[in-house]
Amino acid sequence: MDHPATNPTIAKVNKGLKRRYRAERRFRICGAAAIMTALCFLLLLFFSIISGGYKAFQQTFIKIEVFFDPAEFINENLATANFPGLIKTSLSSMFPDVTARSDKKDLYYLVSPGASFQLMELVKNNPALIGQTTQVWVGANDDVDMLLKGNIDRTRPETERRVNDRQLAWLDKLAGEGKIKKTFNTAFFKSGDSREPELAGIWGATCGSFYTLLITLSLSFPIGVAAAVYLEEFAPKNRWTDIIEVNINNLAAVPSIVYGLLGLAVFINFFGMPRSTPVVGGLVLTLMTLPIIIIASRASLKSVPPSIREAALGIGASKMQMVAHHVLPLALPGMLTGTIIGMAHALGETAPLLMVGMVAFIVDIPHGITDPATVLPVQIYLWSDSPERAFVEKTSAAIMVLLAFLFLMNAAAVFLRKRFEIKW
Amino acid sequence: MKKSILVASALIAGMYAVSSAQAAGRDYISIVGSSTVYPFSTIVAEQFGKTTNFKTPKIESTGTGGGFKLFCTGVGVENPDITNASRAIKKSEFDTCQANGVKDIVEVKIGYDGIVLANSKKNAPFKLSRKDIFLALAKNVPDPKGGDTLVPNPYKTWQEVNPALPATKIEVLGPPPTSGTRDAFVELAMEAGAKTFPFIHDMEKKDKDMYKATTQMVREDGVYIEAGENDNLIVQKLEANPNAVGIFGYSFLDQNADMIQGSLVENESPTFDNIASGKYPVSRPLFFYVKKAHVDVIPGIKEYLAEFTSDKAWGNEGYLADKGMIPMEKKERDQVAKDVKELKTLTVK
Repeated sequence: MDHPATNPTIAKVNKGLKRRYRAERRFRICGAAAIMTALCFLLLLFFSIISGGYKAFQQTFIKIEVFFDPAEFINENLATANFPGLIKTSLSSMFPDVTARSDKKDLYYLVSPGASFQLMELVKNNPALIGQTTQVWVGANDDVDMLLKGNIDRTRPETERRVNDRQLAWLDKLAGEGKIKKTFNTAFFKSGDSREPELAGIWGATCGSFYTLLITLSLSFPIGVAAAVYLEEFAPKNRWTDIIEVNINNLAAVPSIVYGLLGLAVFINFFGMPRSTPVVGGLVLTLMTLPIIIIASRASLKSVPPSIREAALGIGASKMQMVAHHVLPLALPGMLTGTIIGMAHALGETAPLLMVGMVAFIVDIPHGITDPATVLPVQIYLWSDSPERAFVEKTSAAIMVLLAFLFLMNAAAVFLRKRFEIKW
Repeated sequence: MKKSILVASALIAGMYAVSSAQAAGRDYISIVGSSTVYPFSTIVAEQFGKTTNFKTPKIESTGTGGGFKLFCTGVGVENPDITNASRAIKKSEFDTCQANGVKDIVEVKIGYDGIVLANSKKNAPFKLSRKDIFLALAKNVPDPKGGDTLVPNPYKTWQEVNPALPATKIEVLGPPPTSGTRDAFVELAMEAGAKTFPFIHDMEKKDKDMYKATTQMVREDGVYIEAGENDNLIVQKLEANPNAVGIFGYSFLDQNADMIQGSLVENESPTFDNIASGKYPVSRPLFFYVKKAHVDVIPGIKEYLAEFTSDKAWGNEGYLADKGMIPMEKKERDQVAKDVKELKTLTVK
């Protein structure tokens, strides 16, 4: 054996070694840089959304003293009582020096139009309040809220802000008396859409998303898995199955709006199903997620080694038993992961829902799959296009909620994979 | 095989079951149409839902044209009851409605909306005439050297259009062609500006197609930037680029008066009073249309109409005015309210 230094091959290798190490280092740096860039964008996204929206989880309230005048409650029907009048009376009594009509209008503007419904709820739950005087924290108007959160600059000239000097003085007085507070915004999580930013919430859209995804999941998972099992385990390999495979792969890449058009033509125009409902939205999203689930399920079936199948068949299992007892349980974690990712995709989709009328203003919370409903991403889209400034932070807050849901779903997918995946 | 046929038929039966359950009755009003009217009709719908025992109407923002298409599909609970529009119904749309059995339509004019050209407060406000707007934005303009010929728009800066304007680059952010705001802007600002040239004015009678192309084609060389339907986005872009001008509805100017200012058009600034009195030239009426055949079928339509046409909604001090809609004169409001109460049907010649 030659001494290493004298072997010409080794000398050649040694000569190139430095260059090869350098190339590897460069490659690694490129990879790390790619990850860093992606992370930077992600951080930027999170930063801009969270910094824009975290304030929306707080809401401004004003304390007023309300006298539930029995004279207003003569009629049986509570809704006919003049609740806005009660609020106006109590505001006027707090600021007795405000007498001019336009000044009064400015004063009443401080309190949200939703305050009267708040009082109505109070009386409905506790009729004994009639005839009494109570302290109530009522919601402040969105412009007041924006001012107190610093989104309206009070140093600007009066004509350029939506809160005038008199209103500023009143608010300062109220704040001095401890009659203004900011608390957690429960309305945001409990109510449906509203044109008043301080009353608008995402519960309606969340319910709509839930019903829509329920339909999608209960249809696309069984159909998708059945299709994958048939294609992978039973179907003969011939030209027809090739064509089907190519088509499924194509469908996965079709722009989602096309599914919306299809849904409009088939489900609404042909079957006459009701527009704007989770059942139609769910069916459209089913069409969209099916190819994703089929492809993921087939990949996961393929990864089950043939030895399992042969062993099962070898001890006398029928093909059906082999699939149901051995292959499917082993492939299921992968299928579930694919399904969850498909569902996350469906949760974030707006374009196909536009065509079936789910991009709509819906105040009432949906209670079933045939009630008109909207979904979270659509709610974000609608708020982002609203003129009121307070909707800007609502938009970001709704995005945060949607991101939280997506994060949970993807985390579930990762957990399932880690927990049940079998390495061969 | 038999089983799969069974499953398939069960699925289809299920779909029909859902649709027939729907057909049995819809207990909420279904509204479609213009995205400009959307902020106003939603607030009325919300008030209506909260103060009455009826369900809150469902409102889709489909655009004016899309709204008429859905509205005119036919009579029956699966079709919308009301469509919002940022312009009056066209003859062709009315004919489609008639052909599909939607015979009796009630037109409700609700107020006005001003279209503003705004820029950032960091710069001085523009003082434009409609002629300036036409020259700055039309695809083909009269030859600057004179004569009655049209040339592709050569203007790059506002100063070239009108020496009184600043020497900044023309950059206009505006709505895409699918938008009703764009239709109205083209008609009210550009067409009116084009008519100040006598030869274009004469063209209207001689060559209608040519006239239409001249007055309504917006330039496509990157000066007019289609900024999508999202007006908030335009406001943000104006803030970032003080030299740009944005086109949108008055309510966005009203909400963002600390960042942007409206340009004066024909020496009138786009204020509430100027639009209400008609002094500000670029404003348009807003409408909605009601299917008379549905009035007694869907609960609440009459009450919704009453809410919309009440003074607390569309009056001078009403909540619609707070949201940026410009109310009509009292006399006109009373007339419309009376017609609506009688459900006077529309005839289009």
